[in-house]
Amino acid sequence: MSNDKVITADRLTKKFGGFTAVDTISFDVYKGEIFGFLGANGAGKTTAMKMLSGLSKPTAGTASVAGFDVYRENEMIKKNIGYMSQKFSLYEDLTVKENIRFYAGIYGMTNKFIKEKSGLILKELHLDSEADRLVKSLPLGWKQKLAFSVAIFHEPQIVFLDEPTGGVDPVTRREFWSMIYQAAASGITVFVTTHYMDEAEYCNRVSIMVDGRIDALDTPQQLKKSFNAVSMDEVFLKLARKAIRTAD
Amino acid sequence: MKSLQNINDLNSQPVSGGVLVNNIEKRYGSKKDIITALQGISFEVNKGELFGIIGPDGAGKTSLFRILATLLLADGGTATVDGLDVVKDYKQIRQRVGYMPGKFSLYPDLTVQENLEFFATVFKTSIKENYDLVKDIYSQIEPFKHRKAGKLSGGMKQKLALSCALIHRPSVLLLDEPTTGVDAVSRKEFWEMLKRLKEQEITILVSTPYMDEASLCDRIALIQSGKLLSVNTPGGVVKAFGKKLVAVKSENMLELLNDLKRFENIENAYPFGAYHHAVMKNGDAKEVENYLIKTGRKFELKNVEPDIEDCFIALMREPNE
Repeated sequence: MSNDKVITADRLTKKFGGFTAVDTISFDVYKGEIFGFLGANGAGKTTAMKMLSGLSKPTAGTASVAGFDVYRENEMIKKNIGYMSQKFSLYEDLTVKENIRFYAGIYGMTNKFIKEKSGLILKELHLDSEADRLVKSLPLGWKQKLAFSVAIFHEPQIVFLDEPTGGVDPVTRREFWSMIYQAAASGITVFVTTHYMDEAEYCNRVSIMVDGRIDALDTPQQLKKSFNAVSMDEVFLKLARKAIRTAD
Repeated sequence: MKSLQNINDLNSQPVSGGVLVNNIEKRYGSKKDIITALQGISFEVNKGELFGIIGPDGAGKTSLFRILATLLLADGGTATVDGLDVVKDYKQIRQRVGYMPGKFSLYPDLTVQENLEFFATVFKTSIKENYDLVKDIYSQIEPFKHRKAGKLSGGMKQKLALSCALIHRPSVLLLDEPTTGVDAVSRKEFWEMLKRLKEQEITILVSTPYMDEASLCDRIALIQSGKLLSVNTPGGVVKAFGKKLVAVKSENMLELLNDLKRFENIENAYPFGAYHHAVMKNGDAKEVENYLIKTGRKFELKNVEPDIEDCFIALMREPNE
């Protein structure tokens, strides 16, 4: 982790009609940091992530991601980030190899680069012998690990992970996190949401959204201290119970 | 001879209201690509019990629920719900179970109230008749009863789905992953509702991928890759762990984990929230302390009781028979 800021958000706001989904949030994320982005359903996490990944224009405030402005340079943002979610990650009817080729191609990687790096990744994931298997026939845990490798294949500055470990078994969940650590150690910033509170402990810093605002942002250790709580679960419940709105 | 047969039949029947699963198998696909979802699993749920099926995605939970709800035929084995056979007596079972599928399956274009009325009418009853049973849950969404179900938040959809599954006063409730994708606050609320439902003597079978929800059940079955790893009370599962567990933390958690993995008295070490957990082959925190002092690193450690997730990890490591 370094002092270079790769995300800065300043009073970032998104309104839908009279409804303020994201309410003047401000924060910085540093290079190589694992940044946990927590909040109850409906707190505004998805809307905030859409703005940061250049998919949705803010109503007010400013933000820069990977050095690019979210209003004017959103196409450049898309090229410099990776994205993976539990719901959508890989094409089920393409093979392992085809998925890698497809995503790498979209990001404009050269054939030589794709060939070299595919081999490396498949070896790391112990998937060399499964390269020609359809993704739909892989166990969920393998799929999620492959999806993560694909999301960072083009070596983005930042990767956004939206509940990457939902429903994954406890052993694979830990293997997944060890991949996150490796990516962060190589300088990729990891922006991650999760419903597993033990995973909040694995983040360098954690922000907690309540009703569109960021109500807490600190290291897990400091958050537990400030809220006089023994676990992140307790911190989360103390904050989230204050929420007024219930929309999704 | 015939009367003796009948007595045997009676003895093998579960207590009415419960669920009996006997060597159930389920496979999908054809010759070349066979996926075995359930590899012959057996367990029994007593009447009025809150029974949890705990396991990750792809473990076979949904296949099992669909078989018990008489929506899917097993490839082997037998099962009874409320004393009735899932194949022969499927029509009667459908009158008696309340099934909440993992995927939201209510009518998005009907309002909250219309959905509940629809399900009541299908079972020839009315909201009024069974209001006492759903009141605790339904009253929380009643202020929005004229809103279309498709426009509800996740937590509210879940409450409506549970109300609809209950409105005909079922004796067995089958809840397939009701808390998946739901935040920690709504999850806690949902389990509080289930606890209160239990007092109505309804048998509840509930599945979840969240290990921390296991402790809220009377008994649990841990399931992985279509096989049961263990069936016990949450306390019994923990007791069966049978090994000493040590929690350790230090400044550099990644290096600490590698150090722990290198120590021959440690069988397995893995991250566990703010700490790493070390499963001991021999000894306890004292041995780990002596070992770590030699590495010169600052650390903090304590003996801890395993929880269900520790047990699940340990059971997953056991070689298949």
